Amino acid sequence: MLTDLALGGRWPDVARDMRRLQEEMNRTFGGFRFAVPAEYPPVNVWAGADGAIITAEIPGVAPDQIDITVHQDTVTLRGKREPAAPGKDATVHREERTVGAFARTLVLPFRVDSEKASARFERGVLILELPRPPADKPRQIKINPA
Amino acid sequence: MTDNTSGAKAQTETVSQAPTFLPAADIYETNDAVVMLLEMPGADPQSLNVTLDKRTLTITASSKPFAPQGYTLVHAEYEDGNYERAFTLSELVDGDRIDAEFKDGVLRLTLPKATPSPAKKINVRAA
Repeated sequence: MLTDLALGGRWPDVARDMRRLQEEMNRTFGGFRFAVPAEYPPVNVWAGADGAIITAEIPGVAPDQIDITVHQDTVTLRGKREPAAPGKDATVHREERTVGAFARTLVLPFRVDSEKASARFERGVLILELPRPPADKPRQIKINPA
Repeated sequence: MTDNTSGAKAQTETVSQAPTFLPAADIYETNDAVVMLLEMPGADPQSLNVTLDKRTLTITASSKPFAPQGYTLVHAEYEDGNYERAFTLSELVDGDRIDAEFKDGVLRLTLPKATPSPAKKINVRAA
């Protein structure tokens, strides 16, 4: 499941995968208190003939607070998770949600048509559609009969 | 406030293949209410279920699988699945006035504390 196919042909980072696995275990078995800070936000990358779709789980952040930049083949997500302000007289029982600024950069194996790139935010999940420019798309070449 | 998820997990056996996650929670208490914030990114609002049975508060939801046509998943760091978490409330809560709001993948529950009934004095009949 943890393949790095889409990340620009870089070598898979074993340490990062280990951290990711640990986070996944924590998420499943509930050991949030021992969670290791991994790269945030977690992303899924979908690849197709027309480009790629990147989805990221960013719950609790207002859509206008997420800054997305696309430059050639590089996509950067930036934002800040604000702490819940319970007020002065409130007693805090649990604070498992992490807060603070985040930034994540992904390198795709193709250039992105930044004019046509689009983003939407649905229930805490950011969906980025990153099409390839038509000129960059693989073209089928026919063999001429001799 | 006790978190009793591990107990609930062992008893249930899900039919679907989707994994079940424990949503991260922030809980704080003000003078008149207990406020809970649960992170459930991608959860379908239709599937959200909040139940209060005596003092056990259970929250369940499931996320719709995201699968765009013509695309294949090449890199995955998170999975779609179900969210489930149960809490035992230490405080008496007014079940009729619980407010739940789901916004940007975070469920905000406001549980107003039940007003304690005034202490009753019982007269003792002397025989």
